[in-house]
Amino acid sequence: MIIYLSKRLAAAAGILLVICAVTFVIFYVVPSDPALQACGKTCTPERVAEVRAQMGLDRPIWEQFGVYVVGIFAGRTLAAGVECGFPCFGFSYQNSLPVWDLLVDRLGTSVSLAIGAAVLWLIVGLTVGVISALRQGTTLDRSLMIATLTSASLPVYFVAMLLLLFVVRVTEILPYPAYVELAEDPMAWASNLILPWVTLAALYAAMYARLSRAQMIETMAEPYIRTARAKGLPERTVVVKHGMRAAMTPIVTIFGMDLGGLLAGAMITETVFGLPGIGRLAYDGIVKSDQPVILGTTLLAAFFIVLANLAVDLVYAVIDPRVRYS
Amino acid sequence: MTTVSTPAASPVAPAATGRSPSRVIWDRIRRDRAAKFGMVIIVLFVLIAVTAPLLTMINGWSPYDFDPTAVDKRMAGVPKGILGGISAEHWLGVEPVSGRDIFSRVVYGAQISLLISVLAMIVSVAVGTVLGLLAGYFGGWVDAGISRVMDLLMSFPSLIFMIALISVMPEGNRVLLLVAIMGGFGWPYIGRIVRGQAITIKHREYVDAARVGGAMGASILFREMLPNLTAPILVYATLAIPTNIGTEAALSFLGVGVRPPTASWGQMIQESMLWYEVDPMYFLVPGTCLFLTVLAFTLFGDALRDAIDPKGSR
Repeated sequence: MIIYLSKRLAAAAGILLVICAVTFVIFYVVPSDPALQACGKTCTPERVAEVRAQMGLDRPIWEQFGVYVVGIFAGRTLAAGVECGFPCFGFSYQNSLPVWDLLVDRLGTSVSLAIGAAVLWLIVGLTVGVISALRQGTTLDRSLMIATLTSASLPVYFVAMLLLLFVVRVTEILPYPAYVELAEDPMAWASNLILPWVTLAALYAAMYARLSRAQMIETMAEPYIRTARAKGLPERTVVVKHGMRAAMTPIVTIFGMDLGGLLAGAMITETVFGLPGIGRLAYDGIVKSDQPVILGTTLLAAFFIVLANLAVDLVYAVIDPRVRYS
Repeated sequence: MTTVSTPAASPVAPAATGRSPSRVIWDRIRRDRAAKFGMVIIVLFVLIAVTAPLLTMINGWSPYDFDPTAVDKRMAGVPKGILGGISAEHWLGVEPVSGRDIFSRVVYGAQISLLISVLAMIVSVAVGTVLGLLAGYFGGWVDAGISRVMDLLMSFPSLIFMIALISVMPEGNRVLLLVAIMGGFGWPYIGRIVRGQAITIKHREYVDAARVGGAMGASILFREMLPNLTAPILVYATLAIPTNIGTEAALSFLGVGVRPPTASWGQMIQESMLWYEVDPMYFLVPGTCLFLTVLAFTLFGDALRDAIDPKGSR
């Protein structure tokens, strides 16, 4: 187990390093010159060269990369004498703020969005899936499946705009979302996030409903379910304890990966609703070719995805005793 | 006197013989109402895309024509008339400010969306199939190398990467760039499936027989193994199209898709964001097209999978 875990951790670290390197190379070849941007249009060529040296952009790429990676763990001092403590992801070219602070600042929004949506889609998705499976072939099952297909085919931004049009504009049930910190005012936090949650959950709930239905139908046909019924267990116990427990195992995998992908920002949802999350930060970084911000957000996103993969594999052993690690 | 029924009169025998596997699959799909609905919509949109120049000729508006008379200058350019300016002249209304015909733009948008999605699907299926077969058949370091690349690509935050890559690429053909990037990030999904299948069939008798008969690597891979992987590849290919349509629209929506004035559905929706309150038709028309196309391909792909593997759980 320990060997397995350390192997997996090493592989995860390797993947992160490669992603970091690839991102670095891609943005090294960017035609726009960050030094020129930082310095302004009226800068003399000498001054631009000076700024470039200050930012460390005149050194070869592998050296810059080395400095960057070491800086994440050990911190570093920039040429201008500015201290960048652990964990150092550099400074944004746009506003000179440390990227790590920007990430920490935005993380709350993205996590609020992801967790709220996840709770919503798990409740709705699994309920619909299990009900559909137990009533397989009935009109109820067919209507639910048509509804999930419809919901899964609606693009996220289209759902967002439909919600904005009908819930905010036409019926005025909710105000236009404006992010409020949870600690500040929990009620306002939740009511402002309802629309983004519903938008994100609509897509995932549909996928989870279809998946859990399929799993549940398969499980309920297993011989041990018949055994459980035959020994006189109440149907409720058969469904919940024997059926659902086995049917949920593959869903855990998918859930881990989906949540991991969303923790580091749902770019489209955040952009449509103007939420200040990591996805929005990444998007703005790309638009402004702000390399440190792009690197930071990409690494954070990759970190969550890799971590989620690892967590899923470990959780598997707990839920499914048949899984053994080698 | 009772007559013994002849074999020809038996109700089962004729139906059970003489149907090729593809015929069986086709018959199953034809009985599936959802699949038929999907197919009708797919055919409709493909026809629209193919006949786009003809349609806009009948309609009389090219997707790039401005029509200042259709919008109200005093109202900041809101289309004149109800429902976003729907009239005999402009069948689905006009865009605010510019007055460009939405029908013509949606029709040309269908062309772009379908073209990019299908080409990207072909790229990812081709690359994924070849690399998946190689990894599955040869195993060892070939498999290790290809599998690592697949794992790596699948742990990339792909949307961020696609946007970043497109925005740093030099100016050029955006359609080809989108195809290359979407195909490049899409192939590991089919690659994994093909690899898994290849591992299970590489020790079947007919593969051994071909090997003993002196067949070489490429011949075994593409003549013996590939035909037996057609079914999963076909299903994947159909279901990759709606995913690609969604991705292309999302990239256009985020401003890195095809360049204006070329029309694409995602880009139309992005432009309509500012107008959703005063002119909802502007986003409802391309949004509905997008939704219907994705739904249709998903319905058809699901039905195809069920038809090929009727024991499948869905």
